[in-house]
Amino acid sequence: MQQTEFLNVVLPFKDKLYRLAKRLLVSKEEAEDATQEILMKLWSKNNMMEDYNNVEAYAMMMTKNFCLDRLKSKQAGNLKLVHSNYKDENVSLQNQVEVSDSLSWIEKIMEDLPEQQKMVLQLRDVEQYEFEEIAELLGMSATAVRVALSRARKTVREKLVQKHNYGIK
Amino acid sequence: MELSNIEKLLERYFEANATVAEEEMLREYFAKEDVPLHLKEYAPMFQYFSIAREEKFTKQVPLKPRKKSYLKWISVAAVSILIFGIYLGRSYQEQKKAEYAYQETKKALSLLATNLGKGTEKVAYLREFEETKQKIYNKN
Repeated sequence: MQQTEFLNVVLPFKDKLYRLAKRLLVSKEEAEDATQEILMKLWSKNNMMEDYNNVEAYAMMMTKNFCLDRLKSKQAGNLKLVHSNYKDENVSLQNQVEVSDSLSWIEKIMEDLPEQQKMVLQLRDVEQYEFEEIAELLGMSATAVRVALSRARKTVREKLVQKHNYGIK
Repeated sequence: MELSNIEKLLERYFEANATVAEEEMLREYFAKEDVPLHLKEYAPMFQYFSIAREEKFTKQVPLKPRKKSYLKWISVAAVSILIFGIYLGRSYQEQKKAEYAYQETKKALSLLATNLGKGTEKVAYLREFEETKQKIYNKN
């Protein structure tokens, strides 16, 4: 497989890999590194790539495993500083800030979810995968995916309502 | 879309029973401005998911062309063939040199042999001379 051909195969889902990596690793730089690593791994195996009937699912699985490994080794080592509570304090754009603020809340709320729920929510609500695809990717049953998803969505809702009330009171 | 419908969909959404298409309908609904107040708190959730989907991976991936290793092996093969060739050529030349030397010595030796033959011929005269000399001595 030639380089351009490979890029054409990878192009439709490379952003998905990145978003999943970013959801799990939080930091932009680490997510970029992880995505790069995954793509390079795929490239080095590209002779075998024709054998996989679904390259995207395979790549997503690789990304998931890679990021979870990263997180494990990170827990063992020291934690990295992440700019998750950085805020742009621009008063003149207050309305805009308010909107993006409540959006970044959700990002923060999602950060606190357990990894499995994080991934389910990411794959379903952001990437719009079917339950069967998610189940296969995460090695869970479809029912377990539904349960995890429902739980994750309800947690997000609950925390969001809490935050809103804080704002008012 | 009707409000009651949206509420029903929301319920299904939180129970994770909605289909992808239905969830898409919710996202579209909450992307609009005129959401009733009691549903407004859900809006950021759906807006966030739509925005999160827009994020792109922009870093360049340095993909090394695979041909490189192929070329490397070709050059290794070429060099080894060259060295082998030089070795063969050398030994061939040595063989030629040796043959030349052999021919030269052969020539030299044959020259020596002919000269030696001439020498023995001359010695034959000498013997005749000796014989006559003896005859003369005996007579005396």
